[in-house]
Amino acid sequence: MSRKRPPLLSTIGTKTTMAVTGLLLLGFVLVHMLGNLQVYAGREKLNAYAKLLQDAGGVLWVARGGLLAVFVLHVVSAFRVAAMNKAARPVPYVSAVPQVTSTAARTMLLSGLVVAAFVVYHVLHFTLGVVDAGNHGHLDAKGRHDVYGMVVAGFRQWPIALSYVVAQVLLFFHLAHGVSSAFQTLGVTHPRLAFLKGRFGTVVAGVVLVGNVSIPLTILLGLVPCGAC
Amino acid sequence: MNLTLHVWRQEGPGVPGRMERHEVAGVSPDMSFLEMMDLVNERLVREGKEPVAFEHDCREGICGCCSMVVNGAAHGPKKATTVCQLHMRTFKDGDTITVEPWRAAAFPVVRDLVVDRSALDRVIAAGGFVSVNTGSAPDGNAIPVPKEAADVSMDAAACIGCGACVAACPNASAMLFTAAKVAHLNRLPQGVPEAARRVRAMVEQMDAEGFGACTNHYECMEACPKEIPVRFIAEMNRAWTKASLSAESAAADKAGFG
Amino acid sequence: MALRLDSKVPSGPMDRKWEKHKFDLKLVNPANKRKFRVIVVGSGLAGASAAATLAELGYLVDCFTFHDSARRAHSIAAQGGINAAKNYQNDGDSVHRLFYDTVKGGDFRAREANVHRLAEVSTAIIDQCVAQGVPFAREYGGGLANRSFGGAQVSRTFYARGQTGQQLLLGAYQALQRQVGAGKVTMHTRSEMLDVVVEGGRARGIVTRDLVTGKIESWAADAVVLGTGGYSNVFFLSTNAKACNVTATWRAHRRGAGFANPCFTQIHPTSIPVSNEHASKTTLMSESLRNDGRVWVPLKAGDRRAPDDVPDHERDYYLERRYPSFGNLVPRDVASRAAKIVCDEGRGVGPGGRGVYLDFRDAIQRVGKDTIRQRYGNLFDMYANITGEDPYAVPMRIYPAPHYTMGGLWVDYDLMSTVPGLFVVGEANFSDHGANRLGASALMQGLADGYFVLPYTIGGYLAGAGTSGLKADAPAFLSVAKECAERTKRLLAVPGTRSPDSFHIELGKVMWDECGMARNRTGLERALKKIPEIREAFWKDVRVLGTGDRLNQNLEKAGRVADFLEFAEVMVLDALTREESCGGHFREEHQTSEGEALRNDKDFQHVAVWEWKGDGKAPELTKEPLAFEVVHPSTRSYK
Repeated sequence: MSRKRPPLLSTIGTKTTMAVTGLLLLGFVLVHMLGNLQVYAGREKLNAYAKLLQDAGGVLWVARGGLLAVFVLHVVSAFRVAAMNKAARPVPYVSAVPQVTSTAARTMLLSGLVVAAFVVYHVLHFTLGVVDAGNHGHLDAKGRHDVYGMVVAGFRQWPIALSYVVAQVLLFFHLAHGVSSAFQTLGVTHPRLAFLKGRFGTVVAGVVLVGNVSIPLTILLGLVPCGAC
Repeated sequence: MNLTLHVWRQEGPGVPGRMERHEVAGVSPDMSFLEMMDLVNERLVREGKEPVAFEHDCREGICGCCSMVVNGAAHGPKKATTVCQLHMRTFKDGDTITVEPWRAAAFPVVRDLVVDRSALDRVIAAGGFVSVNTGSAPDGNAIPVPKEAADVSMDAAACIGCGACVAACPNASAMLFTAAKVAHLNRLPQGVPEAARRVRAMVEQMDAEGFGACTNHYECMEACPKEIPVRFIAEMNRAWTKASLSAESAAADKAGFG
Repeated sequence: MALRLDSKVPSGPMDRKWEKHKFDLKLVNPANKRKFRVIVVGSGLAGASAAATLAELGYLVDCFTFHDSARRAHSIAAQGGINAAKNYQNDGDSVHRLFYDTVKGGDFRAREANVHRLAEVSTAIIDQCVAQGVPFAREYGGGLANRSFGGAQVSRTFYARGQTGQQLLLGAYQALQRQVGAGKVTMHTRSEMLDVVVEGGRARGIVTRDLVTGKIESWAADAVVLGTGGYSNVFFLSTNAKACNVTATWRAHRRGAGFANPCFTQIHPTSIPVSNEHASKTTLMSESLRNDGRVWVPLKAGDRRAPDDVPDHERDYYLERRYPSFGNLVPRDVASRAAKIVCDEGRGVGPGGRGVYLDFRDAIQRVGKDTIRQRYGNLFDMYANITGEDPYAVPMRIYPAPHYTMGGLWVDYDLMSTVPGLFVVGEANFSDHGANRLGASALMQGLADGYFVLPYTIGGYLAGAGTSGLKADAPAFLSVAKECAERTKRLLAVPGTRSPDSFHIELGKVMWDECGMARNRTGLERALKKIPEIREAFWKDVRVLGTGDRLNQNLEKAGRVADFLEFAEVMVLDALTREESCGGHFREEHQTSEGEALRNDKDFQHVAVWEWKGDGKAPELTKEPLAFEVVHPSTRSYK
């Protein structure tokens, strides 16, 4: 008898991993968004928040490590599922007409890849200061890293703002299917929780879209004061 | 009615196939889709050409033999219908119709529209049963079964094993088929003792057959002639996770897996 | 040499016979069971349940089906339910009552001892199926639900929605797959049995054709079990599945197995009439529809008006007129015949004039559309889907159609045919239904044979006969395999022009016209002349394209039609010889002045068993007399 797959590597195991890591990533996205929205509270608030995080030191690195692990697991699971599914239908249909599935569901790999590329870009932009280096690394009046100034100056450049908007639209599609799908994969069946598998995903994705897209858009339109940037 | 048919022709397993065009005249709207195929075949025989092979038997929507993707939809455009119960009045004069076999790595084409679905039998053989030998059963009324459990169990048991769920799934996944059997048996008191073993063994076999993973497109439910709900897939996911996390399973893994 | 028919019915009182027989049967030592190999052909209710149970007992089992899976057999299409003498409803049912009803319903042409055993084991079937997880309908208290079916006076029918046959078959299939998974049963799908190998007066195995590779293969065993179903498709149009055929039983017959009562066929009154010349089958609707529907045709022949335009005084509610006390609820055979009579008078409705109305107008007026929808919604939907008509607005059209055959290979009390070692189970044998089968009894018989009768009796045979010892490469196998290969080659070589189906349709028409719902000497003699002509034409003009070394559905079909063309003759001969009307067999010469069936117990209280004497030779008739010790023959009346 051939060697059996360990449960975690089975189709359901892989999907479960993807669902759990996906929901964790969603949690991060939501917290991250709430943090970012402090841009509307002004330079003081946002920079203080950034300082708070930076001062967390070891905890920050543990969190970053955990996040990276979750992210990698999510991506690896996605590739595994995609490979298994491609192998499952080697000869395609001449004519296959989707009856009920959504564009979001059919483009998960694509939207996921774009979002992943965006994450790298985003880290290069705001964390490492490789993109738009000129606006990175300035200090505010209190000697803190001037995150506020960096964000506002960055998004006043329309190509950067646009790339963020495009990425967020794809994230919207990714979450719209992914969130509801995760609850199905995790076995939610109780009628009172049925909403989790219904519109909930779209609503959450919509909230993330509006929250995150508002920042580059309002800045680009000059609605957020620049101050000293 | 006159129709143009594009039908998949394939001599045998592993050889390349192609679409073949047929003009079909004199189709009556009262015919079933398969009777229209009979008409095509009758004419092919008259012309000295080999008829199109397709699977069919009861022609009343219960045996699960018939299996065609018609115009890109498993069992054709009508909901909750097998292709044998699809009638030509669903189509219009002059329509072009494409007919293809189920396509999945686990369902190799045998000939034309006939595929090998024995993978589904092996999934059942792995655990889709209650281990009770003939003669050892207690009285039928010895164990009460709540009416709701019996009813939902019947909803799941209505599966005819046609494989349309696999055919319709963008991933060629057999989750709905497998989940329906798990939901049918795990819900009944008679099926409970083997519930954990059953779901693990069936999923393992399902994977070994090369079916894809479910990514929740729900095309299966749309194609299912018996409208088996995808809720059963969620149920199976949960049952599988629970079973995989149990101490008994861990012990079994240590002993049997790897 | 005439057939020796020893029914082996045990002595003793009726209700002790089976118990006594089980004790008298020799047993196979548990350690020896794995030395015996049993072949089961067919994986319907009877075949699958037998194969699974034999494997559980420890025998090595090879199970064959021509389907792609063991779950496809036509048992799956049975809707109504399964009878069992559980008396859960406390309404006075008992083993004796089920036995009595079945003997009487069979118009006193079944073997009493077999029927009693059937009634006895019926209760264990329900227990077994419940334990397997068959989702029978339940009451709110958790107990099993029952309904009354087919005019029975007690509620003894168990059901799983309208899919009882499906659920019971899946139960047996799952039990079978469990044994397949355990390596105790080798399942041979897409393998069609072409012949039985009989050597030294004993069945030794079978020859099959692999439908995918075309390979002719020999399989040796110590006993062979046929569970290959009935032959309703001899009529071409029937409610059976398209692949149902007589090949396995007919080939066994040609090797020495007696064929019993082939003329006993059941015609179901409520089928959807065929609407176009290319119709490939008929579809059954539950006869429960007759509880509320009224059956009528126009009074005048050739009246082509729409049903709504025919005023009440120009309608003939002929069942209510002829049978005032039973009305629309007369038994299947009576209702079917009455429909044929009015259609023969030119008063039939719908395309071709072969149909009668089943009208719910009055019921809808009385109880409302919603109530009717609750009662029959799924049937109305099915009708609407097939015909494209709305039965709430326009009366349904129905017509009788063949759907079950009571006749089959003759078997003794042990279910063994006249060939030692060849057993026959389910619809393929003749045993339990006499001349007419009651509703919800087919599923009961199939599972009784497979789960609870054959597994005992085959042990008795094997313990006595020992292993066969003949290998699949023995000359006996080689010569049969050669015959099968040559026959296949011959079919492929006919330089003809017509499809196998076209001959099947031609045969079916003759059988339906001359040997269908009502039969008479002139018609039957005409059929006896026509059948050999069609057969001859077939072998001259059939066109089977392609080759024999891969999937070739036309070749399969041709082989089956060829066997129907041989079998039809003995069926007609049996109908001609049985000069009486009983159950599903109605001879127009034998009826009362009021047109009711006239049985002749003096001359025909027997099983007619036909023996094959060779191609071109008349088969020989041997009779097994039937004695009725417990249920005394009486006349059925529905006036």
